[in-house]
Order: sequence, then C-alpha cells, then structure tokens
Amino acid sequence: MLSLLSSLLSLLFVFLISFFIIITSRCSFSLSLLNLLGFIKFTALKDDDDNYKRDEGTYVVREEELQRELMPKHVAVIMDGNRRWAKRAGLLTSQGHEAGAKRLIQFSELCFKLGIHTVSAFAFSTENWGRHKVEVKCLMSLIQHYLKSKIQYFQREETRVSVIGNLTKIPESLRRTIHEIEAATKSYKKKHLILAIDYSGRLDILRACKSIVKKSEKGLIQEEDVDEALIERELLTDCTEFSSPDLLIRTSGEQRISNFFLWQLAYTELFFSPVLWPDFDKDKLVEALASFQRRERRFGCQI
Amino acid sequence: MAELPGQIRRMGGGISQLLEQICGFSRRCLFQVISMGPIPNHLAFIMDGNRRYAKKCGLEDGSGHKAGFSALMLMLQYCYELGIKYVTIYAFSIDNFRRQPEEVQSLMDLMLEKINSLLEKESIVHQYGIRVYFIGNLALLNDQVRVAAEKVMKATAKNSRVVLLICIAYNSTDEIVQAVKKSCINKSDNIKASGNYKHEDADSDVERKDMENQEERIQLVDIEENMQMSVAPNPDILIRSSGEARLSNFLLWQTGNSQLCSPAALWPEIGLRHLVWAILNFQRSHSYLEKRKKQL
Repeated sequence: MLSLLSSLLSLLFVFLISFFIIITSRCSFSLSLLNLLGFIKFTALKDDDDNYKRDEGTYVVREEELQRELMPKHVAVIMDGNRRWAKRAGLLTSQGHEAGAKRLIQFSELCFKLGIHTVSAFAFSTENWGRHKVEVKCLMSLIQHYLKSKIQYFQREETRVSVIGNLTKIPESLRRTIHEIEAATKSYKKKHLILAIDYSGRLDILRACKSIVKKSEKGLIQEEDVDEALIERELLTDCTEFSSPDLLIRTSGEQRISNFFLWQLAYTELFFSPVLWPDFDKDKLVEALASFQRRERRFGCQI
Repeated sequence: MAELPGQIRRMGGGISQLLEQICGFSRRCLFQVISMGPIPNHLAFIMDGNRRYAKKCGLEDGSGHKAGFSALMLMLQYCYELGIKYVTIYAFSIDNFRRQPEEVQSLMDLMLEKINSLLEKESIVHQYGIRVYFIGNLALLNDQVRVAAEKVMKATAKNSRVVLLICIAYNSTDEIVQAVKKSCINKSDNIKASGNYKHEDADSDVERKDMENQEERIQLVDIEENMQMSVAPNPDILIRSSGEARLSNFLLWQTGNSQLCSPAALWPEIGLRHLVWAILNFQRSHSYLEKRKKQL
C-alpha cells in the first residue's frame, strides 16, 4: 500500500518536474535536483518514526547519562570541516586548521577524562598531498608547532603520543619533533594519543603484507602461519593495546572512511556528525558516546 | 447474481494490473530524471534486519530471511533498471557460522533453494543477463551449496550486461589474508624461478639487490590482483539497512572512498525511496570527489 502510494506520488511529481524542466530549461542541473531532493527526502525519511534514536546531531545528552563501564576503549576521529568552518567564519584556511588543532587537544582531554584509553586522529592523509602547496606547508608547520609546544603538557597529563604513517615525505624538522615527543612520552600507559600523519589505510595493509612476504622469504614464517592475527600485529596500530577502534567519529556530515583505518574498522561503530570539526564540543562528543552505548553490537551472531 | 463475486474479482485483478503498470511507468520516468546526473557504477548492500523484521511481525524464525530475499529481488530489479552495472550483496558472513546451528542450517537450505532458482528460465538472471560471482571462502560451505554456486558461476560466465557479486562465507579480513597468502606463494615461485636462473652467478651483491627488488615488486596491485573482489571496481555506495552504522567486516579494502548510507528501515522493508535517496546523496558529492581524484 505504502509503495503504491509513493509510486503514485512519484508519478504526479514526475509530471511536475517535467513541467518545471521545460520552463527552466536553461537552468543548471542542481535546480531540478533540489526539488527531487526535497520530495525524496520526505518520502524516504517519513517512515523512520523511530528517528529520535537516529544520530542527527540535533539533541543534547547529558554526561551523567553515560555509563562508565560501556565506554569505548579506543575512539578514532576523522577531523573534517576545518576549511568550511573557516570560510563560514570569514577566516583564512590556516586559522581553520588551527581551530581544528585546538579542538583535537580539547577532544582528547575530554575522552581521557571520560575513561577512554586510546584516541586516534586522522591528521593528514596521503591524499592530502594533492592539496595546494601553501596549505600543505601550513599544515606541516602547524602540526610541528603543536607537537613541540605540547611536549610538557603531554608529560604532565601522562599521555603517550604516537605518530603513525609513511613519514618519509614530511619535513625533516617535523620528523625530529615526532621522535622527540614519542621518546618523551613512551613510558606512559594509561592514555594514548595516536596521530595519523601521511597515513593511508591501504598502504598500512600493504606495508604489513610486504613485511610478511619478506619474513616468509627468509623462512621465518610459513604460508600456513599467515592469519588475521599476524597481519594485525604487522599494522601500524600495533603500537597500542586496543588497536581496533570501538567508535569512529567523522564530522562535517560526509559519510565516508576516506582511506583512514580499513582493516581496523571491521567491527567499529561509525558515527557521522553534521557538525564541522572545530565546533565538535563536549556536548557533541557526549552525544556520540551515548549513541555508541545504545548500540547493540552483535559481531555477526547473537540477537 | 451468482456471477457478481467473480466479476468483482476480475475487476479487482484488472485494476491492480493497471496500477502495477502505472507504478512501473512512473518508476521508469523517475529513473530517467535521476539518470540526468551521475549514476553509480557499483552498489553494495549489507542486508541487515531480517531477524528483527520476523520478530517485529510475529513471524516464525526463518520467514524474515524469505522476506529479505523478496526485498533483494526488488532492489536488484531497480538497480539494473537504473543502469547500475555491478551490485554486491553480503549474503552470509564467516561470523554468521557462529549463530545457532538451526538458523545456520535453515539459511543454508534457503540459499541452496535460491541459488538453484537462479538457473531457471524465468529468473532475474536471464531477464537482465546477469553474470553471477560467488565471493568468499567457499571451502567453508557444505558441498551442495558450493556445487550449486559453482554451477551458477559457470552457467552465467558468458553474460556481460550486468554483474551480481554474492558474498557468501565472506569476511574482508579473510579475503585480505587469502590475497597475502597467494602473494607469498607467487613471490616464492618467482624466487625459485629466478634462483635457478641465477644459480651460476655467485656474485652476492647481485643476490642482495635482487632480494631488495623483490620486496619493491610487491605493490598495491599485487594485493589487489589476488583479491577475489578484483572482478569488480570499488563500490561507489555501500547501503546498510536497519540503521546500524558499521561495516561488519565487509569490503573493508574496497570501501575506503565509498559513500556510506544507513537507512533505518529493516532489510525486508527497504524500498525504492531508500535507493533513490542514496543515489541523490551520491550525486551531491560526486563532482567534488571527481575533482579530488584528478588532483591525485
């Protein structure tokens, strides 16, 4: 009955659209798309009556409602939206990234306070090398500035900092700073902040495979020893106790993984927030965690 | 007077046929409009929610999966009418073997029945000229299902219009492990071959360089070539029904840049509107993604 009704409505709508297209025949594609979007969104979402459970970034959850024992051990975040935030605020792109960096420090501090052990952030992807040279240079110097200036902060907070990624194309000065901060914080075990710089999920898996093939050539392992656990040990995320994130947050409304962790996200709960990264404050984090705690994780079996 | 109920029934049948034709016509018109924008080449589905649907409707345990199959046939029809060339479905995960034995058995029986029905003349395979692939660790399946799957793959090997990839006994991590194992075997075969050739050459520098070169020769393409899913391009959109937002070990390697959608509808409730909404979202971000691909 419902599909019949929506088909009849579609027919009526199609006639209206054809009429509209004839009238506005020189207009761009997006104008007719807007009408289509409006109608289809209405019919696609109107039967999602339990939408109040859906995560739309529109309602506030209190921190007290979260349960400590259900906290994820590892939260990963794709910090998307800095440039759009800067454009919206009438600022430069570099200021957008700076706001994003500040937000990451606050975000990780909040996570650790709530009992989360590991926080990993997608700071710079291999695909980002394709951005404008000036922006890339600015990002590199921003990362270096923050890492250098926060060494004492991380030591005070007893937070271990690790950087994972290719790291061969980054400036020498940044590489030195990374070694410095990793050495200064490597003994801390309770909190772990992982920064993915020049990271690609596929290249991480490829690196692990190369290492395994090399070991098999040397006779250190046999072909039958190759299993999922072995590959996991060879991935860059093996630097932490909880290498697979329980929750991945991506801001700015885009619903893609964009070549961040691939293997590691096999059973991760995904949370897509429409909010831009520099605006992702404590309320939004609590909302994401509340959504995570409500979810029923079945891992393919029980119901 | 006695003829009246019969007449009413015939009239009712005629009306519903007419309505069906109107629906089909309006759907094709809608698809014409949507096709003005970019259409995805490959769509993947995680068909989640069959058991919850059965519980919700008070049906017996296996019926949710049967209803799910009907929804699948409808979605395939819509996808192929719209011009989407590749469709991948997550039919059965390796993790699902850990479910209750009765449920696993009933799923295997249902799959055997439906796989065999694909070979019938009236099936969707013949209607759309579908080439069918079964992707996964088929050795984990019972003999009957495996033989039936291989039969269907062989029978549809010449079809080339559209492609259906059915992931059965599949885990993405398992797929990658198998691809790595194959790479190991290939590389060791290459070494043996080149080792025999280099046997007379006692220069150790050349041997060391050769080892380094071998490592360099393992590129992304080697892993990708050995993946079972290499028969299709990466999915443009991944749709998971029932509102859960997770990948559950499905196409982890291939969906790095795919649009992810998670409509709240349970799989047997999925319909045209969800598909159209996913495609419109894809069209919205398509031009930006194409620009970024060119930058790389």
